[in-house]
Amino acid sequence: MCLAIPAKIVSLEGDRAVVEAIGNRWNARTTLLAQAKVGDIVLVHAGFAICTVDPQEAKQTWELVARMFQDQPADG
Amino acid sequence: MNGQIADALAGIRLACRQIRRQVRIMEVCGTHTVAIFRHGIRQVLPAEIELISGPGCPVCVTDDGYIDVALDLASRPDVIITTYGDMVRVPGRNGSLELRRGDGNVRVVVSAADVLPIAKANPGKMVVFLAVGFETTAPATAVLIKEAVAEGIENLCILSGHKLVVPAMKALLEGGNSRIDGFLCPGHVSVIIGSQAFDQIVSGYRRPCVVAGFEPNQILAGLAEICRQLAEGTVAIDSVYTAAVTPEGNKIAQGLMASCFEPVAARWRGLGWIDGSGLALRPEFGRFDALRRFGLTWPVVEEAPGCRCGQVLCGIISPPDCPLFADPCTPQSPVGPCMVSSEGTCAAYYKYGGPGR
Repeated sequence: MCLAIPAKIVSLEGDRAVVEAIGNRWNARTTLLAQAKVGDIVLVHAGFAICTVDPQEAKQTWELVARMFQDQPADG
Repeated sequence: MNGQIADALAGIRLACRQIRRQVRIMEVCGTHTVAIFRHGIRQVLPAEIELISGPGCPVCVTDDGYIDVALDLASRPDVIITTYGDMVRVPGRNGSLELRRGDGNVRVVVSAADVLPIAKANPGKMVVFLAVGFETTAPATAVLIKEAVAEGIENLCILSGHKLVVPAMKALLEGGNSRIDGFLCPGHVSVIIGSQAFDQIVSGYRRPCVVAGFEPNQILAGLAEICRQLAEGTVAIDSVYTAAVTPEGNKIAQGLMASCFEPVAARWRGLGWIDGSGLALRPEFGRFDALRRFGLTWPVVEEAPGCRCGQVLCGIISPPDCPLFADPCTPQSPVGPCMVSSEGTCAAYYKYGGPGR
């Protein structure tokens, strides 16, 4: 439950967003982030955007995550 | 990024030469624990720096009594349990929730936002959400409650195991067993509560508190700042996660939490009861409280014989010091919760091979 990943808001209706990161799209809520708008990069934690993040920092995280999935065998 | 890492390491080495004693720094958050192992951070630190893992894995600090109540509820034919995936394998006295997964009584959700649709689709059942986690997941539970009220959904309740990070840090310092010189504070919790929430630790207990994100450069920069403060004899709150963490935190999330919950004493595995460290629903939302709905109270339970998760969670012992570590307690067949959760200290030691193993 503690995983949080930066993702880009690609569509937004009320507080229901579709976000995208590393080639995946999923639903997230922006209830906790009233000022969120399409194009923002937000930190998504347990299905909720909790803050906006710096695009450069998000890029670093995405690269790290992509590398981890390459390097790590699936959890046993 | 590499320049930042080199600078941080140089700073840590310089500070260690000035401090001239062992330094014990607690990383409060389970995600930090895992990142520290994954990136081999212990191996690059000077021998004087000892990193100890704190009580920051919500699954690990949830006590057996909570699991027993969840299992009791899951065995009732009119109940559907909804839970974050990490809770499913935690053993209680009578097995784990996994046993009930096959008959559809236990459903894994990735977000509290997934719970309301399940309640709406099953009007004949009582849907119970296992509301665990720190200040990062509690606001999402508050959203769930508010929406259930707004939509008039009554076949829903929560078993609140939500916990607050700062009261646990205070309890560790007051317990006196952990000998902590400084705290690497959790990045995501701090996004919600704000870095100034650690002022109680800095002014009240004179321990440096530095908020960091989860990338290796951030973790090392955070450790370097703690060491610098210790070397110079100063104490302050600092954040090296400035892109996400503000001093005041996420006000909307804080407001939602405050309007739905009130702080209560809560029992932590290893730490026991800590005043004001848990969240219970406010009286006006009492009908959503699973304990009240089913007329239950928290049972008093002993931890599994031999299991030393409690001491691991307080930073008193390392996982390999536990007589059950690796035999018979493994991630495949866990005895205690620190081996269950992927964020658990024992699971991290087992997977990555911690010091002494």
